[in-house]
Amino acid sequence: MSASVNGDGAALVEVENLRKYFPIKKGVLQRETARVHAVDDVSFAVREGETLGLVGESGCGKTTLGRTIVRLLEPTSGRILFRGEDISKLGQRKLRPLFREMQMVFQDPYASLNPRKRVGTIVGDPLAIHSIGDKRDRKRRVQELLETVGLSPEHYNRFPHEFSGGQRQRIGIARALALRPKLVVADEPVSALDVSIQSQMLNLLNDLQDEFALTYIFVAHDLGVVRHVSDRVAVMYLGKLVELSPAEELYDRPIMPYTEALLSAVPVPDPDVAERRERIVLEGDVPSPINPPRGCRFHPRCRYATDVCAEIEPPLVDYGGGHLAACHHPLNVDAETLRHVHVAAESPKEADDHALPQDSAGESHPVPRAES
Amino acid sequence: MAERLLEVRDLHVSFATEDGIVQAVGGVDFTLDRGQVLGIVGESGCGKSVTALTLLGLTRATNASFEGEVLYKGRDILRLSDRELEDVRGNEIAMIFQDPMTSLNPVYRVGWQIVEMIRAHDPASTKQQARRRALELLKEVGIPNAEERIDNYPHEFSGGMRQRAMIAMGLACRPEILVADEPTTALDVTIQAQIIELLDRLKDEYDSAVVMITHDLGVVATVADEILVMYAGRIVERGAKRDVFYDPQHPYTWGLLGSIPRLDRPKPKRLRAIPGAPPSLIRPPAGCRFAPRCPHAFDRCVKEPALEQRVEKEGHLDRCWLPVDRKRALRTGSLEGEAA
Repeated sequence: MSASVNGDGAALVEVENLRKYFPIKKGVLQRETARVHAVDDVSFAVREGETLGLVGESGCGKTTLGRTIVRLLEPTSGRILFRGEDISKLGQRKLRPLFREMQMVFQDPYASLNPRKRVGTIVGDPLAIHSIGDKRDRKRRVQELLETVGLSPEHYNRFPHEFSGGQRQRIGIARALALRPKLVVADEPVSALDVSIQSQMLNLLNDLQDEFALTYIFVAHDLGVVRHVSDRVAVMYLGKLVELSPAEELYDRPIMPYTEALLSAVPVPDPDVAERRERIVLEGDVPSPINPPRGCRFHPRCRYATDVCAEIEPPLVDYGGGHLAACHHPLNVDAETLRHVHVAAESPKEADDHALPQDSAGESHPVPRAES
Repeated sequence: MAERLLEVRDLHVSFATEDGIVQAVGGVDFTLDRGQVLGIVGESGCGKSVTALTLLGLTRATNASFEGEVLYKGRDILRLSDRELEDVRGNEIAMIFQDPMTSLNPVYRVGWQIVEMIRAHDPASTKQQARRRALELLKEVGIPNAEERIDNYPHEFSGGMRQRAMIAMGLACRPEILVADEPTTALDVTIQAQIIELLDRLKDEYDSAVVMITHDLGVVATVADEILVMYAGRIVERGAKRDVFYDPQHPYTWGLLGSIPRLDRPKPKRLRAIPGAPPSLIRPPAGCRFAPRCPHAFDRCVKEPALEQRVEKEGHLDRCWLPVDRKRALRTGSLEGEAA
């Protein structure tokens, strides 16, 4: 897999052609009648020390992708490499030492903590399971962890219901950090929190990343939050990776029309800006991932779509600077750049590699939008 | 002057619980005129939803007690009998709830639920008439293939379509006031944009007024005319949209505005955060309720300031002791979102 230009660290996680389908079973025989294409041929790499944001609307497969990477879900096909080792087929026993290095922070701070266990047990359990230290060591470490995440060591003997949503999320973070993992997959870690608490949590995650040299995969639907935390952002739509780019670049110069629409739909807390801004309101809903549309999956809702979009799945094209996008009609790209693009190594197998957006042929595609 | 539809005067709502009396709303005043969109913003537990529900008498319960007045065209909602209230609900004031998944009945067809609503409020209408009106409404809120969709069950609708169906139901009796409690919170941004656009258009078509409850300042910046900022059961700031956004007077409003990661500005190194958490409403802090979390609190804050006009702009009220010049000097850092 090609490392991108502005990458510094080595790849910690590499995902290659990963698929996760969920079978839909019907009848007495429980025969599989259809499949939900939750993650469909996705490839990318996460570098050591970076934060990769994973965005998209509900049902786009971002959560499934995050969970499959830490092997909470069994991949249907494809490979997941952790520090170069293929972990996609490891059994439970071989996975256990790996869970020391990969942890998860969940969305709902109310549902993800066992209400009958004390905070000390919740945070200390990972240590006990991996038989780290004796009882006294563990207690001391848990109390240290509680302090690290902004709680007090006296909270050791309390129950989750005694805490607010923000504090519970801190407990969830302390639990994820107990084993000193390398990789933390955070699935919507702030979306259940109020804005004032949300910003505390984002700052905390930021501090912890520096302190523990963490690599984050940050799954979220809030594009403002994702921009704030991420070094690079991956945009998903209906199970496909449609754009991958350094964060600022993605927000300044989206190439895929879906990304453009997603960005324009975010309400801006400034009345004058809100009035001036052109909002692209997408028609309709996300189609069903059971029968995803042919060609480009976004084409039924895309305002730039032409015949080719309904027929041919566009490859993920490398536009330079680590900016990849899958689109027949790329936005914000000039003719000169188009002459030098190539299909990225991360492109799905089924995409037509010859369907490069080319300018020279004088064909209808691509239609680079004039830079404003 | 547009017609005054609603006037809320010194509204207090409290609930007796096992742990003590929860002062959910503590003295709220506002007015609503025809054609106006009032945005009520604040965090969980600030009393915004209780305020909204009380406008329809939906907080009536054996453990609830009320003070003050909610005057709808001069009649006090708080003092109506349950029977009289039924006429107001739906016909005069309608509500759109946050979660369209739980507010539609899963075992009845969507169309049937709208028909039932129409007929409950207008017993003279026939089934056919009501169904025709339901279809018309579904088309109006943008349900594709409304003729077929009218006979679907809620689970066959997507989240956005369910919210549209809820709006259709809310509009069925042409209410004067539409109360929308976090109508877009459960939805994706692209669907949120559709719903906001729809509400904005329908408000004009139906010549009604909207009370929009939300925690999202981006949403109010888009749709509201006037804004109430609530904290711990109190209004801490109230004013026209542009005044609240461009000349915010209360440190809590600054905190809210400053803590959002924004797409329209350069990315700050660290986000500004409001330290601590909102107080308990059983034992709220004495004095200004925001003082324990306020970086600018001083000795005067032990006494709670009144909600009154301190700036030049008429109708722009706040509840903070700091002198106006001092506030304008202090807030710049907060509003830029860059933490010190």
